[in-house]
Amino acid sequence: MSVFLAGTKGKSDCLVAFEAGGPRLELHVKSSVASLFGRAIEAAARKEAEAFGATGRLSIEDDGALDYVVASRVEAALRAAGLVRAAPIDAHGKGSPPARAEASRDRPRRSRLYLPGNQGELPINAGLFGADCILLDLEDSVAEDRKAEARILVRRLLEGFSDFFGGSEIAVRVNSLSSPFAMDDLAEIVGARPHCIVLPKCESSSDIEAWDREVLRLESSAGMRAGSILFMPIVETAKGVANAADIASASARNVSLCFGGEDYRRDIRVARGPAEEEIQVARSLIVLAARAAGIEAQDTVFSDVDDLVGLEASARRARSLGFSGKGLIHPSQIGIVHRVFSPSAQEVAGARRVLESLAAAVAEGRGVASLDGAMIDAPVAERARRVLVLAGVLEEKSGRKGARDAI
Amino acid sequence: MPSNVNSLGRPVPDRIGERAMRPFAGAFALQAPPASPGLARARGPGPRGLGPRGLGPRMRGQASRGAPAKLVSSWDELLDRLDLYDGMTVSFHHHLRDGDAIINETISRIIARGYGDLVIAPTALFPVHDRLVPFVESGAISRIEGSMNGAVGAACSRGAMRGTSILRSHGGRCRAVESGELPIDLAVIAAPCADPFGNANGIHGKSACGPLAYPVPDSLCAEQVVIVTDGLVPYPCSPWSIRGGNVDWVLEVPSIGDPARIASGTTRLTRSPTQLLIAEMAARFAEGMGIIRDGFSFQAGAGGISLAAVASLAERMRSGGVKASFAHGGGTGILVGLLEEGLLGSILDLQSFDLDAVRSCRDNPRHIESTPFTSYGPQGAGCAASMLDLSILGATEIDLDFNVNVNTHSDGWLLHGIGGHQDAAAAASCCIVTSPSFRKRIPIIRERVTTVSCPGEVVDALVTERGIAINPRRGDLVELAKRAGLPVVEIGQLMEKARAITGIPDEPEFRDRIVAVVEWRDGSVLDVVRELDSKQEWPGERTE
Repeated sequence: MSVFLAGTKGKSDCLVAFEAGGPRLELHVKSSVASLFGRAIEAAARKEAEAFGATGRLSIEDDGALDYVVASRVEAALRAAGLVRAAPIDAHGKGSPPARAEASRDRPRRSRLYLPGNQGELPINAGLFGADCILLDLEDSVAEDRKAEARILVRRLLEGFSDFFGGSEIAVRVNSLSSPFAMDDLAEIVGARPHCIVLPKCESSSDIEAWDREVLRLESSAGMRAGSILFMPIVETAKGVANAADIASASARNVSLCFGGEDYRRDIRVARGPAEEEIQVARSLIVLAARAAGIEAQDTVFSDVDDLVGLEASARRARSLGFSGKGLIHPSQIGIVHRVFSPSAQEVAGARRVLESLAAAVAEGRGVASLDGAMIDAPVAERARRVLVLAGVLEEKSGRKGARDAI
Repeated sequence: MPSNVNSLGRPVPDRIGERAMRPFAGAFALQAPPASPGLARARGPGPRGLGPRGLGPRMRGQASRGAPAKLVSSWDELLDRLDLYDGMTVSFHHHLRDGDAIINETISRIIARGYGDLVIAPTALFPVHDRLVPFVESGAISRIEGSMNGAVGAACSRGAMRGTSILRSHGGRCRAVESGELPIDLAVIAAPCADPFGNANGIHGKSACGPLAYPVPDSLCAEQVVIVTDGLVPYPCSPWSIRGGNVDWVLEVPSIGDPARIASGTTRLTRSPTQLLIAEMAARFAEGMGIIRDGFSFQAGAGGISLAAVASLAERMRSGGVKASFAHGGGTGILVGLLEEGLLGSILDLQSFDLDAVRSCRDNPRHIESTPFTSYGPQGAGCAASMLDLSILGATEIDLDFNVNVNTHSDGWLLHGIGGHQDAAAAASCCIVTSPSFRKRIPIIRERVTTVSCPGEVVDALVTERGIAINPRRGDLVELAKRAGLPVVEIGQLMEKARAITGIPDEPEFRDRIVAVVEWRDGSVLDVVRELDSKQEWPGERTE
């Protein structure tokens, strides 16, 4: 008889082992928090097993996993054993979508914070750090033999806990089309209504179209509005960069085009240089492609968590090339990145003066406005408006969240 | 056991063995009206009203001329010369932390000679001392006075000790030793550097640990005092943290412990985003309260949040051009860095946590070695902790009245000592507790803490990743915090926020038997620890 496992032994997770057989369910719970939460763990596991009509031996070694983690791990073990859910998931079931604001195209995306998808305890505090976008990752941070349990964990997190994430936008990075996991990821995740799906290793417009078709089908079967889920394609190969313009315009879901510098460097066979000169062309092409398609561009991650000086330099370079945000691997990077990608007080003041001069010219019936001897033409006015909109949006957000920008 | 109910509503025994116990009546209740503004005279029996004996330093003398022959050549010779007996109280310090070899060695040798029913009075225990558990189980160790940690604490929780143990803060222990409330029959003081006369310090030698502060009251008051050293130097050993005139015997051994576990390299800052966030909130709180101004002083421990809070304070000091007058408590590389950078006037150090602090304590005159009396002594006319503007402390639990638990966990296991918590909380002008709102699914805010280690009366605020709760007793702070735009939350709401994530924990099952009492620093009883029902299994070592 084979034993099906899910989860891990260790802090805030549990290891679930299921062996089918026998007429009834035999549940064994061992936990470091047994005297406080033993009954809760047992109840969560039993409820889940009963939803699958499972019989056999189900044993759990717990180290303080929250109920949703316990339920996810049990579900993963039972599904690995080939069982199919008989009863719908209550409370957070597919019939009752999570209470989460719909995705919005117009929101700041200065930071997208990557969180490994298979670690139950990580997302719980993720919303406290004030990242513009939290990205739950099913791709590079999850080992191949953990893909199935990770996507279940992420789904249950999305279904159960919209409020973990504060005001952040929620994105899920699925596995690439060339992997065997892509379609299973979508099938699990779409109905749980993340705001965005992040598509790795995009190389052509047909990649995006394939994703689009499948997401549309899943949206429709989940009773969701068509097109409600947004895309953030990542370009991270030479071929992808060469086709960036096609990729950026391949779907109306696209909201920003992301650059994946680590894989790109591997593809073009160079290491990171002191001023990142090796990625400058790719960065510019991506900004060009994104802006041509009317969407925003987001820069690659900066992988040295301890080098905050290097992070700031990298972010400044990206901003000067036209990016509007950057990928992050640790919350301690948020403060710097937000500072770099937000309009400075000087920029805001300048933009105000531009618009004030313009308004004065209109009021006085002058056809042409000028400021400090320079004419305010349409592009100048538009850029000033954009700065104020961005600053206004950002101010409104940071006023709402006390802990925001704290780190 | 007849009992009283103390002012926190906790039933406490009126007697432990032969000793009458006073119920806790308020953080400053045992002091009479002030003798001068801000000071107080103690009342009660004894010369300074501090205990039944009130003997002060033990008196010795010399029977003949010349250098006393204190140096003994072996453990056996030492034990032959000592007055050993059943039921004696043997005290130790914890400066060697998890590298200590002397507590285990001394206890097993005394027990090997057939003595039992021992009372051990350590200032703290570490995992290396888990090896004492078999002696607890055999009855050779009957109880602990002072601090219990890890497996020894767990053994106490299981009811393995015949006697009732007493938990005291560093200041409370100093008071109890000096007042005679905790009579020590034998103090065994491991010393990294000592001379044959018994002068000793902790800053020189291969096993250097920094200050040799905790054993100072023991050296003054114990009936018999022994120095055990692996760094014997010719007379006079200087500086003399322990004065040779208080020492009866000196034993030289090849090693008093494992230097790698006594002090390790620079203490690194945490990378935990949640800990960093809490630390940053603590610094923002201090800023909002107007505490960060020229000449201010602070104490923070060596835990992850505390160290990060010091780093966050330092950032604000740098950007605001502010210098602190002193930092108090445990020396760390981070504090040493601030001292050397000129952001700190001095470090008042009871205990060095890393090699940077050991080095600085040895070489920098502004890195000052303290003693428990100087730092925390509640019997003094003030102490270093009372000169603090801010103390940043930890907790295993805190309740809706801001009572803090640092001794037991929510599942009832007694796993930690009090350390300087009570003293730093009660004496400093402002005390904040920093903690995540839950750890491994266990919420730290409870309706009532499992054990009261420190009364909420002296705890001003709780800083968590989900908001700052300010003790309603400090209406002044609430106002300042709101003005500073801090995320102030009522403590009950904070409890609900955490419970919404974790669920509400069940209560562990206790038996009636009291295995330990928690003393307030003035000697009154804050709370008791009860034996755990045998169904509960100790889940193993846990840290905060």
